Amino acid sequence: MAVRVQQEPFALGAEVEAFAAGRRDAGAVVTFTGIVRDLASGDLNRMVIEHYPGMTQSALEAIEAQARERWELKDCLIIHRYGEMAPGDMIMMVATASPHRADAFEAAEFLMDYLKSRAPFWKKEITPEGEVWVDSKAEDEDALARW
Amino acid sequence: MIDVLYFAWVRERIGLPKEQVETGAATVADLVEELKAREERYEVAFADLSALRVALDQELSEFDAPLDGVREVAFFPPMTGG
Repeated sequence: MAVRVQQEPFALGAEVEAFAAGRRDAGAVVTFTGIVRDLASGDLNRMVIEHYPGMTQSALEAIEAQARERWELKDCLIIHRYGEMAPGDMIMMVATASPHRADAFEAAEFLMDYLKSRAPFWKKEITPEGEVWVDSKAEDEDALARW
Repeated sequence: MIDVLYFAWVRERIGLPKEQVETGAATVADLVEELKAREERYEVAFADLSALRVALDQELSEFDAPLDGVREVAFFPPMTGG
């Protein structure tokens, strides 16, 4: 089980390889990767992600602990970056390992839903027109209700 | 003395990331009223509490929560992780 909050990029392939390697207890590994998406206009220069250093790690660990309580997970990995990124850069990833794929998929979705609105990160988009803090979406909050 | 932290646009509107506040406020809402009475930038930042979240000692909380024994209060907009 690991939670990493970091500024530097991560190597998705190497992370997934290491996560899945040598596992005899889990028949299923599910991974999700979040990538900086350009605006429809193609105008996104950069994205800056701010976080709350004292709280981020513990909030992510609490979310992970909830997932482990609810699903049969053999392992779980959360990596979330902060700082400055460009369109196409990887922001974060989660990986779950379970004996069964339903648990691995559901736990990964749960982690993503909770990460969106319960982990202290804030995204700012920087375009030629200026800087805008990304608003949270009502559907992100609604997504928690299904769990 | 209590540490008060601000993030994202709350930090930008107030103009600083962190300050120490001498307060006798009983609840988060009382602390917000004290801050709003100070200067207009606080008034602007705290104009709509439904657009804000609060954490007490690094755990999400509510505006009616008591401040008894709390060392760190953080104000920020709804989170946009993932």
